[in-house]
Amino acid sequence: MTVAVVQFGGSNCDRDTVQALESLGIDAELVWHADGLPEETDGVVVPGGFSYGDYLRAGAMAARSPVMAEVRAAAEAGTPVLGICNGAQIGCEAALTPGAFTTNASARFQCEHVHLRVENADTPWTSRYEAGEVVEFPVAHGEGRFEIGDEELATLEADDRILFRYCDADGEVAPAANPNGSKHNVAAVTGDEDHVAVMMPHPERVSLADIGPTDGQGVLRAFD
Amino acid sequence: MALSDSDHELVVEKLGREPTPAEAALFENLWSEHCAYRSSWPLLGAFDSEGDQVVLGPGDDAGVVELPDYTDDAGASATGDDPTGGDGSGDPTGGDGSADSTGGDGTGTYITMGIESHNHPSYVDPFDGAATGVGGIVRDTLSVGAYPIALADSLYFGDFDREHSRYLFEGVVEGISHYGNCIGVPTVAGSVAFHDDYEGNPLVNVSCLGLIDDSDRLVTGEAQRPGNKLVLVGNATGRDGLGGASFASEDLSEDAETEDRPAVQVGDPYTEKLLIECNEALIDEGLVESARDLGAAGLGGATSELVADGGLGARIDLDRVHQREPDMNALEILLAESQERMCYEVRPGNVERVRELADRYDLGSSVIGELTEGNYVCTFPDRETGERETVVDAPAEFLGEGAPYHDLPAEEPHQPERDLPGDVGLAEAFEAVVGSPDTASKEWVYRQYDHEVGVRTATRPGDDAAVLAIREAGVGLAYSAGADPNWTDTAPYDGARAVALENATNVAAKGTRPYAAVDCLNGGNPEKPAVYGGFKGIVDGLADMCSTLDVPVVGGNVSLYNDSQSGPVPPTPTLAMVGVKAGYDAPGLSLAGGGDLLLVGARALEGDAGARLGGSEYLAQFGGSDRFPALPAYPDAFVGTLAEVADAETTLATHDASHGGLAVTLAEMVRENAGATVDLEAPAKGSPEGLLFGEGAGRVVVETTDPRGVREAFDGVAPVYDLGSADGSGRLDLSLEGTELSYGAAELADLREVIGRELD
Repeated sequence: MTVAVVQFGGSNCDRDTVQALESLGIDAELVWHADGLPEETDGVVVPGGFSYGDYLRAGAMAARSPVMAEVRAAAEAGTPVLGICNGAQIGCEAALTPGAFTTNASARFQCEHVHLRVENADTPWTSRYEAGEVVEFPVAHGEGRFEIGDEELATLEADDRILFRYCDADGEVAPAANPNGSKHNVAAVTGDEDHVAVMMPHPERVSLADIGPTDGQGVLRAFD
Repeated sequence: MALSDSDHELVVEKLGREPTPAEAALFENLWSEHCAYRSSWPLLGAFDSEGDQVVLGPGDDAGVVELPDYTDDAGASATGDDPTGGDGSGDPTGGDGSADSTGGDGTGTYITMGIESHNHPSYVDPFDGAATGVGGIVRDTLSVGAYPIALADSLYFGDFDREHSRYLFEGVVEGISHYGNCIGVPTVAGSVAFHDDYEGNPLVNVSCLGLIDDSDRLVTGEAQRPGNKLVLVGNATGRDGLGGASFASEDLSEDAETEDRPAVQVGDPYTEKLLIECNEALIDEGLVESARDLGAAGLGGATSELVADGGLGARIDLDRVHQREPDMNALEILLAESQERMCYEVRPGNVERVRELADRYDLGSSVIGELTEGNYVCTFPDRETGERETVVDAPAEFLGEGAPYHDLPAEEPHQPERDLPGDVGLAEAFEAVVGSPDTASKEWVYRQYDHEVGVRTATRPGDDAAVLAIREAGVGLAYSAGADPNWTDTAPYDGARAVALENATNVAAKGTRPYAAVDCLNGGNPEKPAVYGGFKGIVDGLADMCSTLDVPVVGGNVSLYNDSQSGPVPPTPTLAMVGVKAGYDAPGLSLAGGGDLLLVGARALEGDAGARLGGSEYLAQFGGSDRFPALPAYPDAFVGTLAEVADAETTLATHDASHGGLAVTLAEMVRENAGATVDLEAPAKGSPEGLLFGEGAGRVVVETTDPRGVREAFDGVAPVYDLGSADGSGRLDLSLEGTELSYGAAELADLREVIGRELD
C-alpha cells in the first residue's frame, strides 16, 4: 500500500507523518497538493500544520483546493483517509467529517500530552486498541475545540462514530481532562463511513520508539 | 540619526566625492553598531572558535559543526534489544571506537547554530518584534543550506508585577508561538527572567539549530564567481522596517512605542515556511552558489556583505526588485527590511530553474543583477528622464568593513559588600523563592510553543536541556540556552563564567558532552564607562569559561544601546549550547523515588568555601547584597564526569542546581509519586539561607542507586555531599539545622504555577 501524505503550503507535519508510517513498514510519499494524487494511492493522510497560514480560517482554504476533490473521490471509492490536526480542520471544512474545530477554550495555542479513551475499537483506526483503553497522545493546536449541533452529536454518538475522547489518566471523561473545551470531550470522529476519520491529537508524534512511547502506532497501522 | 561627521569625512576621502543620498544611508546603516560591532569588535577576539568539529566559525550567517558518528551506538541504546553492546554490525571497532571521537572525521552530518536579538522591535511591538526575530534566525539557518530543526528563546522582562512587563511578556510569547509554530520548527528550550532594569528595554534573544545531512549541501555567504546572477526570492519589497539597523543602535526614547513603529517589520510565517521548503528544493538540486538572508539593512546589507566576503563587486539594478508598493525610490528598495526574503548567487544557466522552483512554492523572484570584479554598484532609473543612473558606487569591502572601531573607556566593576537582609524565616523564604516568577515553572510559556513537531524531541522543555534525536548521526543532541541577569548584575565576569558553566552543566546532566555554543551579548549604552566595563566583564567571563570547557563559540550576536529612561539593562550574556551523546535516552529531572540523593559540586556544604548569596533569587526577593559564590575549581573535569555519570544506568534522575539554589532544585524534582527526605547537616560555613538559597553554577543533584560509584567518579574532581534519599512519598521533607520544612507535590506545584495563575 502507498499512502499519499498531502503537502500544502504551510503543512508542517508532512515529513513527520511519512517518517512514522515508514517506520511501521508502510510505504508513504509526500504529494505536493498542486501535483494531485498519484494514480496508485491506497491511502491518504492530510497532515498537520498551518495550510495557507491558517489565513481566513484554519483549513478553510485548503479544503477548497483541487486536490481535496480528489481526496473526496478517493474516500468515496473506499480509500482510507485520515486528517490529523490541521488535516482534521481541513476534513471538517471539506465536509468529509461532521462538525468543526474552532478556537480553544483557553484562546491560546496548547502543546501538551493528553490522555485519550478509546470509545470504539471496531474501526480500522482503533482496532489495535481495546475499547475503554487509555492512551497518551500529544496535542499541539490553537483551534482544536470540537463543535457540533446537539442533535448531530447525539446521532454521532448513537452511531458509534466517536473514536477517542479526552480523559484523565484513569479513563474518566471529565471536564478537567478536556484540553480545549471540545464538546463531550470529542478528540476524533469518523465520516459517514469509518474508513474516513479526523483527529486533533498527533499519532505520528507517538510512533517512533527511539524518542518515547508508541501509543500512536495503532492509528497509523490502519494503513498496513 | 545621520552619518557622524568623522564617518562622513572618511567616506568622502575614500570615494573622492560627496556620497549620494543612497550611499549616505547605506553607510549609516552598515556602519551602525548593530551591523558593524564598532564598540564590541575589539573585545570579541577573546572568544575561542577553533575545534576539530568546527566547519564554519563566526562571520557567516550561522556557525557549523560536524557531528560525531554514533550510528552504531544509537541503534543499541534506542531499541534496547541488544543489551550486550549493540554491535550487531559485526564491526569490532563499531561500538565504543567512535564514542571518543571529537568529530571532524568526515561523518558529513552538520549542525548549524545561530543566535540573534530582537530587543528594540520587541519593545515597540512585542508580537511582531518577537515573531520577526524568529524569522530572521531561521533564514540565517537557510543561508548555509540547512533545514531548521529547533529554536530556543531567552527572554528578559521588567518586574513581573508590572502591568507593562506582562503586556510585553504575553505579546512576545504569542509572537514567537505564532511564528515558530506556523513554520513547523519546534521551540524546545530557552529561559525567562524578570529584573527591574529591563523595564524600559526587554531583551528577546532567539537561537536556531539547523541540520545539514550531507556535507555537499553546505553553502556559505561568500560570493563565488563574477558573472553569476543575484536572484532575490521571497516576499515582495515594501517600505516596512526602514532604517531598522540604525534604530537598533540607539537608546530607546520615551516615545519609542509610538514613534518607532514604522521601523518594526511585520512577519508572515506562511511565506517563511514556503521559503524553507523552496530553499530545501534549491539545495537539493545544487542550484545555490552562495546565499544571504535579508535582515538588518535589507537588500543593501545582504548583497554588500555577500560580495565583500567573496572579494568581489556587483552591479544591481534596484528597479528589478519585485515590489509590493508603487513608486518606491532607490533608497527605500535598498534598505527596506521587508521580511521573508533570501538572496542567492546562481549560475546563469540555473536562473530559470531557480525561478521555476520559486514559482512552485508561490514565491516571488527577481534577477536583480550580477557579480563583478569591480565596485558594489547600484543603479536606478531617474524618475523624470527614465535614464538609468548610478546611485551607489563604492568598494564592497569599504562598505562592509571600513567603519573604524571605537576604543571606549571602561570602568572596572566591583562586587558588592555583604549586606544581608534581617531574619526572614526559612519557610517564608522558601515559599517566596520557589514561588517567584523568575524561578517558577515556565510551562505557561513552552506550552504555547509547538515543541514536538519534527519528531526529534526525546526530552521535552521543562528539563535542564532538551534532547533531540539526530538519527542521521545517531546523536542525542542536548540544547540549553539562557543567562541569569542577577548573576551578571552582581558580578559581570564571574556571573558570565557561571552562565557558561550552567549551560554546560545542563547539557552534561542529560548525559551529553558540551560540543559548541553561540552567544548573544546584550548591554546598555557602551559610551557609559560603567556599562562598557560590565559588558567587557561578560565578554571575558563567557569567553574564558567556554575556553576552559573546550567549547568552541562558533557564532554570536551583539546588541548594545539597550538603554532607556530607566537606565541600562544588566549586562546579559545569553549562551546557547549543544552537547552530544550516543543515543537519545537521558535521565529526567523528576525523581524516580528509589535512589539516594547526592549533591555534587557543593563547595559550601563541604566547607571549603563560604556560602555566598550574591546574585540569588533570595536577595532579589528580600533585598541586600553579597559577593557572587566561588565557582568550582575544576569545571571542565566536573562537566566531563557529570556527562558520564548521567549516562550510567544506575543514575535515575539529574538536575542542575543553580537558579533559586538547592531549594528550587529540590522543589522541581518532586512529583506526585516521588518525594525526598533531605537532611542538611552541614559543617556550615555561613548561614542556613546561604546553603538553601545560595546560587552559582557547577552543581548538580543526582538520584542514584550507586552512590559509591558516583563518589568514586567525582573523587578529586568535585565534592559530593549526601543529601538524603528519594522515596515514594510525593513530599519534600527538608531538615536544616533544627528547622523542618515539609511540602507535598501539589503544594509545590501550586507555588511554581505563579505565571500561569496570574496570566490565564
